Amino acid sequence: MVRDVADWSVGELMVVAASREIRDGEVVFVGMRLPLLAYCVAKRLHAPRSVGIFENGIVRDVPTPQLLYTMSDTPNIVGAVWCTRMANVMGLLQRGDVDVGFIGGAQVDRFGNVNSSYIGDPHHPQVKLPGSGGAADIASLAKRLVVILPHGRHRLVQRVDFRTSPGYGDGPGWRQRVGLPRGGPSAIITDRAVFRFDPQTCEAVLHHWHPRQSLQEVVENTGWPVRVADGASPTPEPSAEELRVLREYDPEGVWTGNRNRADR
Amino acid sequence: MGPRPDGKLVSLREAISRFVPDGATVVMGTCLESLIPFAAGHEIIRQGRRDLTLVGPISDVLFDQLIGAGCVARVVAAWVGNVSAGLGHAYRRATEQGVPRPVEVQDTSNFAVALALMAGALGVPYLPTRSLLGSDVPRQLEAFRLFEDPWTGEPLLLVRAIQPDVAILAVQRSDPEGNAHLWGNLGVTEEAALASRHVVLLAEEVVDPSVIRSDPNRVLLPGFKVSAVVHCPGGCHPSPVPGYYRRDHAFYEEYHRATRTEEGFREWLRTWVLELPDRQAYLQRLGARWDALRQLQPAPAAPVDYAW
Repeated sequence: MVRDVADWSVGELMVVAASREIRDGEVVFVGMRLPLLAYCVAKRLHAPRSVGIFENGIVRDVPTPQLLYTMSDTPNIVGAVWCTRMANVMGLLQRGDVDVGFIGGAQVDRFGNVNSSYIGDPHHPQVKLPGSGGAADIASLAKRLVVILPHGRHRLVQRVDFRTSPGYGDGPGWRQRVGLPRGGPSAIITDRAVFRFDPQTCEAVLHHWHPRQSLQEVVENTGWPVRVADGASPTPEPSAEELRVLREYDPEGVWTGNRNRADR
Repeated sequence: MGPRPDGKLVSLREAISRFVPDGATVVMGTCLESLIPFAAGHEIIRQGRRDLTLVGPISDVLFDQLIGAGCVARVVAAWVGNVSAGLGHAYRRATEQGVPRPVEVQDTSNFAVALALMAGALGVPYLPTRSLLGSDVPRQLEAFRLFEDPWTGEPLLLVRAIQPDVAILAVQRSDPEGNAHLWGNLGVTEEAALASRHVVLLAEEVVDPSVIRSDPNRVLLPGFKVSAVVHCPGGCHPSPVPGYYRRDHAFYEEYHRATRTEEGFREWLRTWVLELPDRQAYLQRLGARWDALRQLQPAPAAPVDYAW
């Protein structure tokens, strides 16, 4: 059944927003969950020459024939251009051959540092999160980084409890000082808004708020004083074509439905 | 072909009993979400191993199960949880409340695990990287040190080598000597195999050596590095094995729901591990579901000719 175009879920809006971060011809380090779909949408629509890299060692430049639950699902292997070792694809990342990478996380701060390790004191954590996976490597080494996470005052925080994945540290010049070769976050996509980073101050600045809520609600639900960009606007809604392609992969809303996935 | 008394082809029970002693450092789950040797983990639980150190990149729910069963003292892994369903409840109970026992966690990243095992495989004490500079992940000095490039003075991170006692690795097919074919995403499998003192292979099929030797570029590592070969069809369920079976996504959701409480975890463990004598019985319990996962779209590779 084809749902109405106006009937998009916030998850679908997030995937579409993430897919728009991929430009044609780019080499993309695809992360877990939502970005698995974002890459397929970009590939089918506006970035047909993009190449997807997966940290398990898969490189592919055609969309998967089926929805992926994990990057190692068998449909991700069929039609791949390369199945290799993790060290080879991490080597591409470290050399500077990867344009953009996607990561998730439990907390992000206004300099784009991401925590996916501990909530509370790392020595006596309230919550032990799964950990970096490849996120810290992608954040360290990709030319651009897109962070995707649910919005909330406890998630978009003044200071992360643990800096798993380095953003801009404590501000301008920090990445160069610690020795990171390049990169840094270019966008944060949440279920309420899209932030981009001011190249001078390295701070996250609000560029878009998603429809169906007010800018004020976004500000109230953010744990740092929000700077709003000149010309900030509501997030462009998914087009009919974007939704059609997305729903071919995920008709049931496995990754894009409105199910409560707060514990992820 | 039956096992020889002095051969490497042994039962899973014997392989675990001989090569996974209490306190061992064990690397598993090296392809990431595929080819996870769940059958070996379950046998480790049945044999009541204690104080293991588990090493892996991301680990999906195998590590969660071993931790919940009380087999583990220490985890060196980039990520522990349930990849498609959420957090690992047993991992959280152990690290947050010490239930059923405290587990020490060494934070790391996927690339750092790959480098540590690669250093182990190369026989060098460490390898440098530009990753993780400025991250809080490499705060444990026994595994990471900051360093300067002696030529340029630029900051680098040194990742210390890991040489596990045993690598437990799943492969599509092996000959009785451990010359094995593995295909699909390789993750850190080659590094783990070459770095470890012992290698235990779980093979979907045990084949004649001529099959393996017909395509030496697909061999994981030479058989002389392998200590035991276990013929274990279906040994990776619910994870997928390319060419053999698909991933059982629902099983991960069910595990996630069932293990939310300590009591629920115990019940899950009784049903799927402790009450079952071996993998054969596990596959029987899966029933029709197991048959459905083996309905595949064929995708054979073009033949390779090593003409000479």
